[in-house]
Amino acid sequence: MSKILVSGKVEGVVLKSNDPINFLGTVDKKTAIISDKKHTLFEKSIKNSILVFPSGIGSSVGAYTIYSIKSNNTAPLAMICKKADLTVATGCALANIPLITINDKEFESIKTGMKLFLDTDTTTLIHYQ
Amino acid sequence: MESTHKYYNCNNDNLPLELTRDEESALKGEQGETMQMAYRILVATGEATDAEKLIPIEWAHLSGVNYNTIGDAGEEFLSTISKDARVKVKTTLNPMGFDIDNVSNYKLDENFISKQLSIRNSYETMGVIPSFSCIPYEIFDIPQTGTQVAFAESNAAIHANSYDNLKTNKESAFSALASAIIGKSPYSSLRKEDTPNITIQMKVKNPNELTYGMLGFYAGKIGDTSVNISGLAKMDQRQCKAMCGGMGTSGTCAKFNFGEGDPNTEKIDFDEKEMQNVHDELNTAEKGDLITLGSPQLGLNEISDLTAKLKGRSFQKRCMVFLPRTVKQQAQKIGYITELERAGCEILADCCTCLTPLICKDDVDAVTTNSIKGAFYLKNSNGVGVNLKSLQEIVEDETR
Repeated sequence: MSKILVSGKVEGVVLKSNDPINFLGTVDKKTAIISDKKHTLFEKSIKNSILVFPSGIGSSVGAYTIYSIKSNNTAPLAMICKKADLTVATGCALANIPLITINDKEFESIKTGMKLFLDTDTTTLIHYQ
Repeated sequence: MESTHKYYNCNNDNLPLELTRDEESALKGEQGETMQMAYRILVATGEATDAEKLIPIEWAHLSGVNYNTIGDAGEEFLSTISKDARVKVKTTLNPMGFDIDNVSNYKLDENFISKQLSIRNSYETMGVIPSFSCIPYEIFDIPQTGTQVAFAESNAAIHANSYDNLKTNKESAFSALASAIIGKSPYSSLRKEDTPNITIQMKVKNPNELTYGMLGFYAGKIGDTSVNISGLAKMDQRQCKAMCGGMGTSGTCAKFNFGEGDPNTEKIDFDEKEMQNVHDELNTAEKGDLITLGSPQLGLNEISDLTAKLKGRSFQKRCMVFLPRTVKQQAQKIGYITELERAGCEILADCCTCLTPLICKDDVDAVTTNSIKGAFYLKNSNGVGVNLKSLQEIVEDETR
């Protein structure tokens, strides 16, 4: 199911995680590096990526983490999820980071390193390059 | 980056969120950056919760006040937006981390105190009533039946929906704040007519407030947005609050419908065995080093009752009593506070057991409480042991 939660237009390279992300505690507020050893993106920075992950988990205070990384210029360019959760939705809304959800099939088809153009003004939303 | 919200969702079975021309203009930024951000929050929340429109609300109650929970990022955010954000409807506020009148008695560092006062200042600048209370339903007048409100505090949202004939979603700190600034909220799930598909049948005999707290905790784990509850006797205010506090802690559910509900609903018993499971999950200690009362905070009736129970008796260990400042002021006039202090109670206004920075595992191994909500956060956030007892047992066992 596709939804536009925060609209916008942006071009970038995909960083994908099949694990959900708990923004409070596992994403560094300054560097946007993932600090959870068990996470597939451990030690990677989510800065300037098009971050693709199933959904957010954990405390709603995690929305402030998304706001912080945006203020520190280390935020992703956009986020794409399978499921809309309130923490990521409000965090992206606070920080003005485009956020959409997509169906399982399209989620499976997106891989790390792919170049995408995301445009919420068009009906296709995601344009592969 | 453009930010034009579309009137439709792609490949979406659910109805899209429709905005009026005025709302659309605010979302585009034509009414300033703060309004644009507030609308972005409501639109994102509305889409995530399948709302089809925004509706006016008359009262917002905000969470996200305690520096212990929102941290530096929250403090900075509030300080930034308070420069031009102002609330449009009556807006009240959850507890903060301490009572300024006696904070020097506790081991809190200067940084915590100054950041907390900055948060308080930001909310006051935005026009929020500094109520610092998780029981707005008890200290403010309840609007007429069916009024739409936006309550972020979970026990307050459940109380409003279940006992006060108000309508609210279990809002997040952000959707409640955005709702306060805009005066509207997404029209989703609990604001509409809902028919729970589960009925919990209360089977435990002679329940006290601890039993009702555990019933609420159990119901919150099972229910999705609302549940039917049958087999309840007449409950006092303490028991109602305990049940709402318990439910708000364990899940996303935010309404009790009283009665059997539709005959086709799934029936589940809350019996001695289920109650024991909840008890075993939260009761981790044989005894506590100190006692806390109030999560949710105590109202005037509970303070009056506590004063009567403590007549001629004194606590043999520390007992922290949490209440709203307005209740403290009323209780002072009547003489309850003097009496409670004589019995050894530490009276704390503006703060609460839940997520308190005043109890630290370096100093305390375990806490005795009659609050299921308090127990959950003491265990999981403060990291201390918890000894559950009803108020009656606390008075019998811990005072002389």
